[in-house]
Amino acid sequence: MHLLSRKRKETFVKILCFLVTAAVIIPLLWIIGDVIYNGLAAWNISFLVSPVIQGGIGNAILGTFIINGMACLFGIPLGVLTGMYLSEYGQEGWFASMVRTTVESLSGIPSLILGLFAYATIIIALSQSATDRHYTAIASALALGLMMIPLVGKATEESMRVISNDIREAAIALGVPKWIRTTRIVLAIAKGGVLTGSLLAFARISGETAPLLFTALFSNFWPTGINQPMASLQVLIYNYALSGYPNLVTQAWGAALFLALIVVAINIIVRVYTKPKYKEGF
Amino acid sequence: MKARKSHFFKLQDSLFKYFLIACSLIVVGLFVAIFLMLFETSLPSIYQNGWSFLTGLVWDPNNNIFGALPAIAGTLISAAVATLVAIPLSIGIAIFFTEYAPARSKLVLSLFIDLLAAIPSVIYGIWGLWIIAPLIKTNVEQPIIGAIGFIPLFSGPAYGLSIFLAIVILTIMVIPIITAITIELLSKTPVPLKEGMISLGATKSETIRHLGLPFARLGIVAAVILGLGRALGETMAVTMVIGNSYYWPFSGYSIFAPATTITSKIAGAVGEAGGLEFSALLEMALILMVISLAVNFISRSLIKRTSKRGFG
Amino acid sequence: MIKNSNKGLSNTVYAVIAAIIIVIIAVGAYIAIDNPFGGTTNNTLPAASLTGGGSSFVYPLMSNWTAYFYNLNPTVQITYQSVGSGTGQKNLFNYTFDFAGSDPPLTSAQLATYTNIVEIPEACGGVTMAYNLPGIPSGLNLTANVIAEIFQGNITNWNDPQIQSLNPGFTMPNMAIVPVHRSDSSGTTNIVSSYLSNASNVWVSGHGNTINWPNGQQSGAQNSGVAAVVKQISGSIGYIEYFYAASNAITFANIQDHDGQFVTPSLTTIAAATNAGAPLLQSNIGNLIVNLPGSNVYPISSFTYIFVYTNMTYLGHDKAIDLANFISWCVNKGQVYGPPLYYPQLPSSIVTLANNAINTLTYGGSAITIYQQNK
Repeated sequence: MHLLSRKRKETFVKILCFLVTAAVIIPLLWIIGDVIYNGLAAWNISFLVSPVIQGGIGNAILGTFIINGMACLFGIPLGVLTGMYLSEYGQEGWFASMVRTTVESLSGIPSLILGLFAYATIIIALSQSATDRHYTAIASALALGLMMIPLVGKATEESMRVISNDIREAAIALGVPKWIRTTRIVLAIAKGGVLTGSLLAFARISGETAPLLFTALFSNFWPTGINQPMASLQVLIYNYALSGYPNLVTQAWGAALFLALIVVAINIIVRVYTKPKYKEGF
Repeated sequence: MKARKSHFFKLQDSLFKYFLIACSLIVVGLFVAIFLMLFETSLPSIYQNGWSFLTGLVWDPNNNIFGALPAIAGTLISAAVATLVAIPLSIGIAIFFTEYAPARSKLVLSLFIDLLAAIPSVIYGIWGLWIIAPLIKTNVEQPIIGAIGFIPLFSGPAYGLSIFLAIVILTIMVIPIITAITIELLSKTPVPLKEGMISLGATKSETIRHLGLPFARLGIVAAVILGLGRALGETMAVTMVIGNSYYWPFSGYSIFAPATTITSKIAGAVGEAGGLEFSALLEMALILMVISLAVNFISRSLIKRTSKRGFG
Repeated sequence: MIKNSNKGLSNTVYAVIAAIIIVIIAVGAYIAIDNPFGGTTNNTLPAASLTGGGSSFVYPLMSNWTAYFYNLNPTVQITYQSVGSGTGQKNLFNYTFDFAGSDPPLTSAQLATYTNIVEIPEACGGVTMAYNLPGIPSGLNLTANVIAEIFQGNITNWNDPQIQSLNPGFTMPNMAIVPVHRSDSSGTTNIVSSYLSNASNVWVSGHGNTINWPNGQQSGAQNSGVAAVVKQISGSIGYIEYFYAASNAITFANIQDHDGQFVTPSLTTIAAATNAGAPLLQSNIGNLIVNLPGSNVYPISSFTYIFVYTNMTYLGHDKAIDLANFISWCVNKGQVYGPPLYYPQLPSSIVTLANNAINTLTYGGSAITIYQQNK
């Protein structure tokens, strides 16, 4: 009797947890299903390669890649170098903990605020005169790069830290100077973790819209330079979704499908290649 | 010869070390700069509005009266409720994952959880706005209003775009964060203790209840706080579904009423704001940043305390 | 020996990813240096990109204008953001937009501060009172007083006698009214509130780009946002520019005009308003044309303007010439694209006013050349 009710409780918990899991996976499948279903309705070759001025989203696709690329140029080096510092040089001391706290806190700042910061500095403060101001994609690189730094930094620090000290000691025994040891040896082994961290950061910033609204704004044409307003998929989706016009909303879904493909692809790639890492309960 | 070589190496090492320190300083400098920019730009508003900024209900750029309470209330309530609702769901998924899920399904399941977190918030927004809002309005909100609408909290009318919908979307966005960390924590339950309990005849659910969860408790709290931080800072998904109504209490305290959050208000108004209004908006941003940083800090400290206890 | 960890990615993957990144940067750099997607270089207008924005009231027409002008002059790339008149103005004051679209003219305070901005009427249109009432088609009669009381929160149900008495032909449903207003700083709000200030004796909320609306109302950003909300919520009523109502198939009301007749918004009635109002702009280009006397005049009508700096030297030669020519084209040849979108063509007296304003634009001290094809 006692045993039976415990068994029943066990079954109850098992079913409950299963239902909860199913209940949460359902929205995910639903969103992805909607994005694919509604998005495919908008897809054709012309849609993907024409600029907005001719009714497509081509310039938004290119703009997203250019903006993300610039953000990577800014965020990945700073992230890797800071992570490297924390892992190899910063085990103790007030400076290292300050850096560590800063990097972690950076990840807690809402992206909207990073966008406002980029606007206030690059677009307003750094323009040479009032008449020189203009929206520019460079500012969005700053805002999105700032988002990447804690993600890449943490990934770098973690992947370098788990490398066993045997390797470092072997390098010391061979007379290798610390900077070569850090870059050519430890970082080389950790590069898998760094790369996956960077990929995940790239996917993360592909999902951010708010900072772009104050920095790169939008453009209906192919980009002619990086110091100008530039189209992006996120801003396009936001504008079109709110416009209310059925054909534009369909285009928004089409753009969302493309954006989701990028993000999902990156996540799958990272997952497939860190499968062994994952199984160890990382 | 050897001495000169080691001198040379020492020089290289020092240069490299200072180079790394310089890079770290750049990151720290940027962080400080963000704080300074927010603070400096909000000063006019801080002087002008004082403490009434936190309690004021009116946002009137024409007469330079700014009160942020509706936005602050919207942010805190939507984030807190969403996180609270997410807790049991996330723990349920984590328990299922660690104890009951067949081994082969784990890869796909964890991929799904990661994807939930990775979906761009603007896609959550467009999905919430065009797919979920009409459905929730007719199939959830209206029946509830019909049944218990006399309670102010659930009073109508049903608009669709409301704080209720924002909470639903935010919950979905917060769940993967709490779930992922909880899974990690539960899988670190010390195996000998677990095996001991099972050999004594404990069921899986009892093991979790009496061993796994208590061990993970601190970490789960940290995860919850981290999820809360994400919900506080969310802009796009919330703006597109919350209705953007600057009013407190939400039209008669109803969760089915439109509302606003700090991020929505800033995103909507900053484009046209000049002078004192711009300063007031950035003061709201400063408040949000302080709250987010505090939340982030508490969560990280808790995580450090769990790993210091180091059972894994 | 350093073991090659299983946890890393294979070299091929690295190579592929590195190649992708290199390609992206190379494409970006190439584009930054040379625009390969522009048109031929033997057009008369120099190549330039212009950024403007503002009024959503005029956005449907303006976005067509930028597309048509681009077809005629592939070197001129103009992007207009429908962000609302208030944001457009602010960005122009900040120099972050090259030009702004604004329904309201500059206030006297703004004119005192910004003495070097010229207001050029570009188009005219009407604002409808659009509603979502299942079973009730377009054609509900509304007066200024009733509209005022609805938006001030004093009439709360559609079957209120004040509404029913105006509409003996309809059975008004017992349904809560959900007013929808603009959440952003809006020229359309300005037009409607000016109309209500003018035509109603119970409207006490003033006029401007933003109003202190009573609590509990819905709001949307830009005309498109209000249209989307009205479409979604039964019992709602919002003010949206005519094109947005028509293209979203939203029912709208007949508004009582200055002489007491109920007028249906249409190309004809809005054109009647602009023709009646044209003489008013001779004395002050910012005069409003709401609630004008006359037969079949739609009372909630307005002109809408382009704001630019008179002295365009700061823009640089190419942008200045392109912008001036674009504005001139819109005001002249571009007017024919208005009527299909429910914007009547500007009355000829207003076109003259606009052209005079355009002739005051200078670059480097001398007037800007407007090519014949853009006049």
